Amino acid sequence: MSGRLRMQKEEDGAAEQTPRQAPPLTKPAVPSYQPAGKEMENEISRDSELYSQSAVRRRSRKFRSRLAYCLCALSTVIAMVPLVLILFYVIYQGAGDLNLSFLTSLPKPVGESGGGMGNAIAGSLILIGIAAVIGVPLGVLAGTQLAEYRNPRLSCVVRLLSDILSGVPSIIVGIFVYTLLVLTFKQFSAIAGGVALGILMLPTVARTTEEMMRMVPDTLREASLALGIPRWRTITSVIIKTAGGGIMTGVMLATARIAGETAPLLFTALGSRTWPTGLDKPIASLPVQIYQFAISPFDEWHRQAWAGSLVLVLIVLFLSIGSKIFFGRKMKRAS
Amino acid sequence: MAGYIATNNLGASFGGVQAIENITFEIPANKVTAIIGPSGCGKSTFLRCLTRMHELVPGARISGEVVWDGKNIYASEMDATEVRRGIGMVFQKPNPFPLMSVADNVSAGLRLAAGRMSKARIAEIVERSLKLAALWDEVRNKLHKPGGSLSGGQQQRLCIARALAVQPDVILMDEPCSALDPASTQKIEDTIDKLKKSYTFVIVTHNMQQAARVSDFSGFMLSQEMGEPGRMIEYGPTNKIFTTPERKETENYITGRFG
Ligand SMILES: Nc1ncnc2c1ncn2[C@@H]1O[C@H](COP(=O)(O)OP(=O)(O)OP(=O)(O)O)[C@@H](O)[C@H]1O
Ligand SMILES: [Mg+2]
Repeated sequence: MSGRLRMQKEEDGAAEQTPRQAPPLTKPAVPSYQPAGKEMENEISRDSELYSQSAVRRRSRKFRSRLAYCLCALSTVIAMVPLVLILFYVIYQGAGDLNLSFLTSLPKPVGESGGGMGNAIAGSLILIGIAAVIGVPLGVLAGTQLAEYRNPRLSCVVRLLSDILSGVPSIIVGIFVYTLLVLTFKQFSAIAGGVALGILMLPTVARTTEEMMRMVPDTLREASLALGIPRWRTITSVIIKTAGGGIMTGVMLATARIAGETAPLLFTALGSRTWPTGLDKPIASLPVQIYQFAISPFDEWHRQAWAGSLVLVLIVLFLSIGSKIFFGRKMKRAS
Repeated sequence: MAGYIATNNLGASFGGVQAIENITFEIPANKVTAIIGPSGCGKSTFLRCLTRMHELVPGARISGEVVWDGKNIYASEMDATEVRRGIGMVFQKPNPFPLMSVADNVSAGLRLAAGRMSKARIAEIVERSLKLAALWDEVRNKLHKPGGSLSGGQQQRLCIARALAVQPDVILMDEPCSALDPASTQKIEDTIDKLKKSYTFVIVTHNMQQAARVSDFSGFMLSQEMGEPGRMIEYGPTNKIFTTPERKETENYITGRFG
C-alpha cells in the first residue's frame, strides 16, 4: 500500500518540478514485492490499471501542466511591470534632489533654490503615530471580539460595518472627520488628520486580527483553558501571542496604506509650511505637500515633489518589507 | 472525600448527534481509574465532560450531572475556570503552546492562572514536573527552545508535565502514552503510581496491559452499533473486570475478539 502511495507521489512531483524534461517512455514498474494473499494480487492488478496510460495521454498531461505554469508566470510578470516601472521612475526623478538637507529643512519660498520637506516628513510621522494610537487598539479589540467571543448577532453587525468602512472612499472619511472635529472646534488640526487616518486603518487591522486569531487552532485554546487559565488570560497571553506575528503584519500593512493617503488630510490636517507646532494646529504631511508642489507651476517645486514621492515610497516599502520579515521570522519560530 | 467524582446519567451530543448517553459512573479518590473501549465509543468525549471542556465545542450539549467533591460542576453557580483548575486534563493529541519555550509551557498554568510566584519557585516546579513526566533529561539543555520544536512523544510528555505543574485535584489523561516508547511509558506509569497518593487519575488507554498494570478500577465503554451513542457497559475493580467480567462484550473486547 505505502509503496503505491509513494510511487504516485513521486510521479506527480516529477511532473511538477521538472516540466521541461522529456516524458519517460516506459510505464512505472509495478511494485516488485511478491504478496502472499489473494486480495493483494487484486490490488496490484488495480495498480497497473491506474498507471497504464498511453504515452500520448501522458504527453498531453505534461503539456497542459506546462501551459498552466507558463500562464501563471506570464500573469505574474505583467502584474509586476507597473510596480517596477513606478519604482524606477520615482527613483529616477527623485534621487537627484534627495539629500540630507531635503530631509531636514523647511521648504523655501518660490524662486529660492534648496530647502526640503523636513516638516512634511515629521508631520507624516506624527499623523501616522496618532492614527496608530487610535486604530491599532480599537482594531485589535474589534478583531478579538469577532474571533473569540462568538456572539453571532454582534459579530455579524461588526463584520458588516467593518466591510462597509473598508469600502468607503477615504475622502468621505475625511469629510466625516471635518464635520465632526474641524467644524466643531473651528480648527484644522493634527488630531483631526490622525483620527481620519485611524478610522481608515480600523477595518484592515480588525479583519487581519480576526483572521490571524482564527488561524490559532482550537486545541491551543483548550490547552490553556484546561490549565485553569481564565478566558481573558487565554486570549491575551496565548492567542494574541501566537497570532502576534500575523497581527503585526496587518498593522504594518494598514500603516503603509494610510501613509500615502492624501484626500482625507486635505480638510483635516490641512498642511503647513512650518515645523509642527502642536497637535491642535494644522500640520504638514508628505502626501499633501507632494500634491501641492506637484500642481504648482514651478520646476523647482516639481523636483521637490519627486524627491518627496521617493521618500514616501521608501517609507511604504520599508513598512511592507519590514512586516514580511517580521512575519517570516515568527512563522519560522512557530514551526 | 477530595477528588471524588460521580457522574449521574451523563449524556453529551455534538450538533444534535448523541455521542455518549446514560453514563452513571464513580471515580474513587486517590485511585487510578482506566476507561477502555473501542475507537469512537466516546471515551474522549466522556473525559472532556468531566472538566467542562465539552461545552467549548460549538453546538455541543450536555445532559445529566457530574458531581465533584459534592458539587455539580454544571450547576449555574460553578465557575468553569475553577473546575478546570481542580480537574486537569491531558489531551489525546499533544497540544503544547508552539511559540512558548519548553520552560514557559510547563509554567504556563502557574504564571497565568495561579497567584504571583517567585522565579526560583517556578523554576523548581518546572524541573520537578519535567522529571515526573520523564522529559527532564531530554530537554534540560533546551528549556528555551520553543515547545513546537520537540518531537511528538516529547510534546506528549511536555503536556503531561504542564498538567502536573498546576497540581490539580484530579488528572484526566487521554491516551497519555500513545506516542511513547516503552521506556518512557514505563516512567509515566511509575509517576502515576507514585502520585496517586495525592491525586486522583482517570486514564483512557487502548493498551489492555497498561490498564491492567496501572489502574485500580476500570470502566468499559461501548457503542452497541454504528452511530449509537456510547454507554458505560461495565465497571468495577480492574482485576475483576479483567478476570471475571460480567458482560460478554467486555470479555470479548479484553480478550481481543473484537474492537
Ligand atoms: N468535535 C466533534 N464533532 C462532532 N462529532 C464528534 C466530535 N468529536 C467526537 N465526535 C463523535 O463522537 C463520538 C465519540 O468520539 P470520541 O472522540 O469521544 O471517541 P473515543 O472513544 O475517544 O475514540 P478514540 O479511541 O479513537 O480516541 C464519535 O462518533 C465521533 O465521531
Ligand atoms: Mg479519544
